[in-house]
Amino acid sequence: MTTTTYSISRSSTVTRTAAVVGILIVAGLIAAPWWAGRADMRLLSEMFLYLSLACLWNLLAGYAGLVSVGQQAFVGFGGYMLFALAIFAGVSPIVAIPLAGLLGALVAVPVALLIFRLRGAYFAIGTWVIAEVFRLSFAQVSALGGGSGTSLPVAIVRGMASNRSMREATTYWLALGMAVLVLVVIYLLLRSRNGLALTAIRDSEVASESFGIDIWRHKFIVYIIAAGLTAMTGALIFLQKLRISPDAAFNVNDWTAFVIFIVVIGGIGTLEGPIIGVIVFFLLRETLSDLGTTYLLILGVVAIVVMLKAPKGLWGTLKERTGLELFPLSRRVVKNKSEK
Amino acid sequence: MDWINAIIQGILLGGLYALFAAGLSLIFGVMRLVNIAHGDFIVLAAFLGLSVTSVLGISPLLALFLVVPAMAGLGYVLQRGVLNQTLGDDILPPLLVTFGLSVIIQNGLLEIYSADPQKMSAGPIETASIALPGDLNIGVLPLVMFLVAVAVIAGLQWVFYRSALGRAFRAVSDKQDIAELMGLNKAHVFGLAMALSLAVVAIAGVFLGIRTSFDPSIGPGRLIFGFEAVIIGGLGNLWGTLIGGIILGVSQNIGAQINPGWQLLAGHIAFLFVLAVRPRGLFPRID
Repeated sequence: MTTTTYSISRSSTVTRTAAVVGILIVAGLIAAPWWAGRADMRLLSEMFLYLSLACLWNLLAGYAGLVSVGQQAFVGFGGYMLFALAIFAGVSPIVAIPLAGLLGALVAVPVALLIFRLRGAYFAIGTWVIAEVFRLSFAQVSALGGGSGTSLPVAIVRGMASNRSMREATTYWLALGMAVLVLVVIYLLLRSRNGLALTAIRDSEVASESFGIDIWRHKFIVYIIAAGLTAMTGALIFLQKLRISPDAAFNVNDWTAFVIFIVVIGGIGTLEGPIIGVIVFFLLRETLSDLGTTYLLILGVVAIVVMLKAPKGLWGTLKERTGLELFPLSRRVVKNKSEK
Repeated sequence: MDWINAIIQGILLGGLYALFAAGLSLIFGVMRLVNIAHGDFIVLAAFLGLSVTSVLGISPLLALFLVVPAMAGLGYVLQRGVLNQTLGDDILPPLLVTFGLSVIIQNGLLEIYSADPQKMSAGPIETASIALPGDLNIGVLPLVMFLVAVAVIAGLQWVFYRSALGRAFRAVSDKQDIAELMGLNKAHVFGLAMALSLAVVAIAGVFLGIRTSFDPSIGPGRLIFGFEAVIIGGLGNLWGTLIGGIILGVSQNIGAQINPGWQLLAGHIAFLFVLAVRPRGLFPRID
């Protein structure tokens, strides 16, 4: 006799395969300094850092409903903290990166207390004001070069590794590590109790509040985590550039507009979306960047068309049609047949 | 005396900021849409004014008669063609679409007009001033702009609370489906609201272009000034928005008087201060 039992499962064959393939890809990427050229490694590092920013923005907007257009505040803050710690306190850049993240999370506390008073779209512009305040404030700090910015002293850069190729490999691994760290943190956060609450808030704020979820506290926690990790990413971005200025550090196009486009094109509210988005974004950029401003025009049009025609993005649309999911996040009922 | 002068100039500047803000406030009130590209539309209007003045050889103030209807028409088409599709419970689509528009306008202007700063000349009125007792001078042009700003706010106030169009605006703002049951075409009303918003933007843009030099990248900064004026004044209150603009203008000028580098910072700090002390603004009207 055959009985059918049901159980709830998160993982599936697809997610298990994806995990194995993912680990293989990461292993291949770790080995990049032995197989990739200098230019390729720079491009890959940039992709990893954009992936990290995109995942964090997606966590804010796609899961916590906090649509920020001011994440450049934390990118720039992290960059400046790296420079300040390395130049004034003699801290090694490798140590300064997590410290910059910590300081970013700390500074996000008063920021959140203030701008959480604004709702929806006004919250978005409020975050932008904060980024402007950061930019104008750092432009006043003459010890860090004021409005024209400053470079990381050669001695500090040399101190990171013995030779140039080792240094390049180190910054590459740091960028890869950052992207992996962000993906792991967000994955674990979404699988935890907090993640369940966040998913509930995303689906309906009113309903989740009636179940006793403290919406303000959950949003606050997510905002602080995202700020800290964004600041760490910012520190890495400017460790690669070796030069920082207020206009580059707090640039709304580079650190927010592009990031938003990546998430929207890839698929907001999914963990896979930003990964797809980064690949598409860099493919577009590498093929069209010779066009200059026209490229940005095209990017703007693509983002609007995706938002209007496929608001869930490439991955979201695919997921809707096929139910495909690479990260085991949602729960599904599995039918077990057993012979008795 | 410098201080009094700074305050007076700040008040006059506040009128321009109120014009930046009024269009933003209007469309938020009617359809809960925040237009991230608002500042870029202001700059677009300034460039449009520049083209009209240089092609026809007329004063920028006369150019308003062409720029205002052009921007209003653009607003209507944009609302019906694109933005209406984004409206709903989710705030993300309108935000991202207008963000995309902002990038498109900025880079489109860059392509056509290059990154060079431009300025419009309004002729001898620019340097005319009225002498006040105690070594104070008030520029005629800033004063005219301030008075126009007050008149525009008064006009919007009248449209909103005294006209049939305003009744339609308030009806769709309160309850969209009931308003439609009463025979209003929501899409059309929203189109008119955006047209009115961009008509005000056109005036603001041309004034901006006469007052200071401008280039394609300054839009977002203008959006932020307008936004700050709205929040300081209190959501949904047009006269409050005018006062918000004045507070912002005066703070900026006082900041600049202390240290030129603090001009913008002082304005932002005034905004954050109001947000900390009175999160709903000084004279709130709607939630």
